[in-house]
Amino acid sequence: MLDATKPSLPFTPGVGYKAQHFNDIMKDAGPVGWLEIHAENYMGMGGRPLAQLRHLSEKFPFSVHGVGLSIGGEGRLDADHLARLKTLCDWLNPASFSEHLAWSTHESAFLNDLLPLPYTAATVKRVADHIDEVQSTLGRQMLLENPSSYLAFAESDMSETDFLAEIVARTGCGLLLDVNNVFVSATNLGYSPQGYIDAYPLDVVREIHLGGHDEDEDETGAPLLIDSHGAEVVDPVWALLDYTLSKSGPKPLLIEWDTDVPEWAVLVEETKRADAALSVLV
Amino acid sequence: MITTQTDFRTALLDPSSPAPNGVQNPDGVPATKRFDVYRNNVAVSLTDALETAFPVVNKLVGTDFFRAMAGVYLRAHPPTSPVMMFYGDEMPDFLAGFGPAQSVPYLPDVARLELAMRHSYHAEDASPIEPDALAKIAPDTLPNVTFTFAPTVHLIPSNYPLHSIWWANTHGGDIAKAAQPTLITRPEFDPSVDPLTPEQTAVLAALIDGTPLGAALQIGGAGFDLGPLLGLLLSRNALISINT
Amino acid sequence: MSKTTTSLALAASIATAVAGLSTAAHAQENEKCYGVSLAGENDCAAGPGTTCAGTSTVDYQGNAWTFVPAGTCEDTMIEAMGDSPERMGSLTELDRDLPA
Repeated sequence: MLDATKPSLPFTPGVGYKAQHFNDIMKDAGPVGWLEIHAENYMGMGGRPLAQLRHLSEKFPFSVHGVGLSIGGEGRLDADHLARLKTLCDWLNPASFSEHLAWSTHESAFLNDLLPLPYTAATVKRVADHIDEVQSTLGRQMLLENPSSYLAFAESDMSETDFLAEIVARTGCGLLLDVNNVFVSATNLGYSPQGYIDAYPLDVVREIHLGGHDEDEDETGAPLLIDSHGAEVVDPVWALLDYTLSKSGPKPLLIEWDTDVPEWAVLVEETKRADAALSVLV
Repeated sequence: MITTQTDFRTALLDPSSPAPNGVQNPDGVPATKRFDVYRNNVAVSLTDALETAFPVVNKLVGTDFFRAMAGVYLRAHPPTSPVMMFYGDEMPDFLAGFGPAQSVPYLPDVARLELAMRHSYHAEDASPIEPDALAKIAPDTLPNVTFTFAPTVHLIPSNYPLHSIWWANTHGGDIAKAAQPTLITRPEFDPSVDPLTPEQTAVLAALIDGTPLGAALQIGGAGFDLGPLLGLLLSRNALISINT
Repeated sequence: MSKTTTSLALAASIATAVAGLSTAAHAQENEKCYGVSLAGENDCAAGPGTTCAGTSTVDYQGNAWTFVPAGTCEDTMIEAMGDSPERMGSLTELDRDLPA
């Protein structure tokens, strides 16, 4: 499924692109080797967002990261939205297209959040069918990202790692491993993050996400981490990255920062730390 | 125990209902606060989106009122598309019918202006006509000329001094004493917001409808000077073709 | 107005419009668009780490609604003026396709 004629993401770190950083990036991107966009923010008809993207795509490889396709939705995929994704991918020819193991649309209401799924055979079938449809429509392999979870479903009867491995086996999709999401979910649901990585199909990982989270607690006082993407990556997540890379070898790393977006220089510092995690491998 | 997405969605948007059956803490106890994380994400992200999308409406009513109002709006009109850039299309009509906002009767017009700015910002790029092109047309064919407008152009009629209400809340200044329908254009990447007189508005509405220049001029009435309106349209790159 | 008079009035308007262009273009350079560029961005992050906003009661018809408009509108008491033409929607129905 992976097409050798398409560009691939480099093993230097990338950053989630925010429009307010356009001038900084065009002037001096520092160690940042590639950029990721949220697909939905480039679905207008023209104007500044697409003009910026046109300029940046001449200098950087791109990853298109969808946040609204609702791949885990009980209903059919939104054909209009899939068509918009195809138009964007055909125009930009990104090195990668990824989406989330989550749902966000139900009965035509889009809820603007990545909502959780029970891990069952029925969910495997639904998600696999939707990924087949995405890959055949876009004419490219997609990567599926593991979610941040805050609760569990009584009906779940398989682990998230088994669920993801089954999806990969059925669809031939690749995986986007979000190491912060692993740490958040493992803390919230009480399992070992290293154990998760040990069980995870690292050979099909084509991108790794790193981001910050907020700390809270539930009504019993148990830790409850919130995937806010509004802070620096914390030390235990860097350590989990090192553990992962020691088993997987080098992967394209991405710094995500979506709320309270800082100055470009702060993202450059995070990128340097990611670069250091890669450089000890060789 | 199966948790359907219908159960999940209903409980997400209805804060008075308990969390859906079948969602639980790691020890198997039914989830409460953990479900509220999702409730919070939906409500806060949509409220934030509306606050960023309608900054002048927010300023006019104050943030406490706005965010409470947004909570009502997002439950009545959750997004129908995953593309958030156009969320809020129903806001003008919603405000017109929203009891607690009736003391600010111009609010729907301000919301309409802010929506139009966003649509203009994301509209398709189009090449404007050269100003000379208009000057080169023989005078006797001018009355039959029609224009094609850029997809960035929006006309917001209003019985209120809409432009100066917007301007006072973005740049400062006094509120005008006359009705100010407002023209939204996009000369390059940022929308421009310009006031029109009611006569200019009537003429421009006719031109947008495809009325030829000669007939549109009559709509302005005796003594109407088309020059300032044409100058504005040319300077704002609002015209993309001349049809003779 | 006769056809000739109309033609002449139009030609004169065009002449003044084109002549005034350099000043008009200059004036607009100082204008900045507020709040558009970041409006309605999609993110894959959660909201702030508080769990209260989605759980507040929102029934404005009940006793819970205690808010009155209290921003700059308090200084902006305005009556409707004149008759404007019938409201029009956006000039073009934007469909949400991307440019090819």
